[in-house]
Amino acid sequence: MNAQGSVPESARRYALRRALFRFSQSGLSLVGLALVVTLLMIAVFGPSLAPYPEHLGGAVNTAARFRPPSLAHPFGTNELGQDVFSLVLGGTRVSVLAGLAVVMLGTLIGTVVGAIAGYAGGWTDEILMRISDLKLTVPGLILAMAVAAALGPGILNMVIAIALSWWPGYARLVRGEVMAKKEELFVTAARAIGAGPGRILFRHILPNILTPVIVKMSLDMGFAILTVASLGFIGIGVKPPTPEWGSLLSVARGYMPDYWWTAIFPGLAIFTAVFGFNLLGDGLRDVFDPKARR
Amino acid sequence: MLHFILRRLVLIVPVLFGLTALVFAIARLLPGDPVALAAGPNATPAEIAAYGKEFGLDRPLIVQYGAYLSGLMKGDFGVSIYTRRPVIEDLRAYLPATLELVFAAMFLAIAIGIPAGLAAAAWRDKWPDYLSRVVALGSISMPRFFLGLLLQLLFAMWLGWLPLGGRFPITEDPPALVTGFLTLDALIARDFTAFSIACQHLVMPAIAMSLSPLATIMRMMRASTLEVMQQDYVLTERALGLSSRLIMLKYVSRNAISATLTVIGLYFGWLLGGTVLVETIFDWPGLGLYATKAVVTQDFMPVIGVTLVIGTLFVFANFAVDLLYGVINPKVRTE
Repeated sequence: MNAQGSVPESARRYALRRALFRFSQSGLSLVGLALVVTLLMIAVFGPSLAPYPEHLGGAVNTAARFRPPSLAHPFGTNELGQDVFSLVLGGTRVSVLAGLAVVMLGTLIGTVVGAIAGYAGGWTDEILMRISDLKLTVPGLILAMAVAAALGPGILNMVIAIALSWWPGYARLVRGEVMAKKEELFVTAARAIGAGPGRILFRHILPNILTPVIVKMSLDMGFAILTVASLGFIGIGVKPPTPEWGSLLSVARGYMPDYWWTAIFPGLAIFTAVFGFNLLGDGLRDVFDPKARR
Repeated sequence: MLHFILRRLVLIVPVLFGLTALVFAIARLLPGDPVALAAGPNATPAEIAAYGKEFGLDRPLIVQYGAYLSGLMKGDFGVSIYTRRPVIEDLRAYLPATLELVFAAMFLAIAIGIPAGLAAAAWRDKWPDYLSRVVALGSISMPRFFLGLLLQLLFAMWLGWLPLGGRFPITEDPPALVTGFLTLDALIARDFTAFSIACQHLVMPAIAMSLSPLATIMRMMRASTLEVMQQDYVLTERALGLSSRLIMLKYVSRNAISATLTVIGLYFGWLLGGTVLVETIFDWPGLGLYATKAVVTQDFMPVIGVTLVIGTLFVFANFAVDLLYGVINPKVRTE
């Protein structure tokens, strides 16, 4: 019921309001939300917030190499005299964008495959699912490394490489949901008034299974950022001088332990970003998935 | 039971076959010119062509795949175009190191994760539960390579308690090769100095590897324990006056573990492929480090070999979990 109590609220709005309430009751989820919002803000405005924006383009300052953290350089400077704080801020955009792109692409492929498999059933289902099972047995990181190395450096290539091993999870999820939903009355009703399979699948079934997919996407975002950073750390990823957390950490590894700040801060940035998305995703799952609720 | 085992074994064959086809296709259909890379920067086109011919890379892809498959039957995984060494020899040398690391990490994850998950469920919504949730999410969010770096910084560089990396120093005498696991080999040889050296090298990479399976096992154990605790028989046991400790440790934990087992099986395979980063950080001579080097030089035979070995182990790990499932849970056995 809404505030006046006169007009009955739709069931969907009521469920959403309840979900929002439950979400707001969980301190950890709100911390996650705050972290993610901050992260997105930095991703958008990061380069203009950086105290030394010229360092993001690759400018160096050899006079100020390896300065420890100070007021002028809160995270210190690296082996090229670049401000680590600026690099970490600038790297946020790369990591968030690449993570987002991986999850979106994975979801897109996985949803299409899973929806077709679940709706068609029979042999189509069998073949598509065996392919996705096969993908699950191949070590994802090694596959992504191999694909990224062959395609050459670059954000787009890296995203494609990771997304290739990312979709089977979504395919399984969507297939299961579609199989459950296609027996429902509203699908029969749509079919009765003459809707074709494409229309039934994309206009009637898919909108109804969005929630679990979105929850999985939010849970996966952290892991996608982590994978992007991992490839950067191995040295397959973005091209320098683009600042990327994983590659910053990889370079800094050579200057341990004396210049620890060059490694600690990019590492903490990765951890904080992934932690934020995991808290948020965990909170969303608690709210939307009754089975996983505490 | 025997019927069940046989049926599962037969099902593995097409999976492995598909795996070879998939990996071979991915490795060979991608752009990039590994032969030119391996022949060196100064090689002329003719030399590159001759180099490719030497490895049979001028033949049609399907012929190459056939040759690879028939080689596999004889245990031949092809030759590295970079080092010209047979891939099988490298796999044999590096696989035990990776397995030792994965088993050590799994041991830590299970030994800590299962009691911790049980405790979180027993004290649901109290501080142990709250703590376990934060620790679990934190562990999953921690990049393994960053944790490895922090461990190195603290225990190797600042405190100097543990070696920075590697598996066994060349200045020391390794124990006689039996299992390929240095810790076990040292125990078999009753060489306790070697055992202690091997453990010192193993502990940091194992901790770095164990964190995310630990978190998952802990959460899984918590969830399944909570589910089991709601069963009627637990209520009956309570009504009979059994102590909470006895109920939790003897009846609930045993039933809760069987659900957690599936996750353990999945994680085993995932860890095998996930050693790459930790092996790179700790210079651990295993499959991950080997695969990384091969990937960077686009040396595809080792990449295919490593992927196949890990994929196969993954399939068998899940097979073993299904069998164990039957041992722990009699209901599954009779079906």
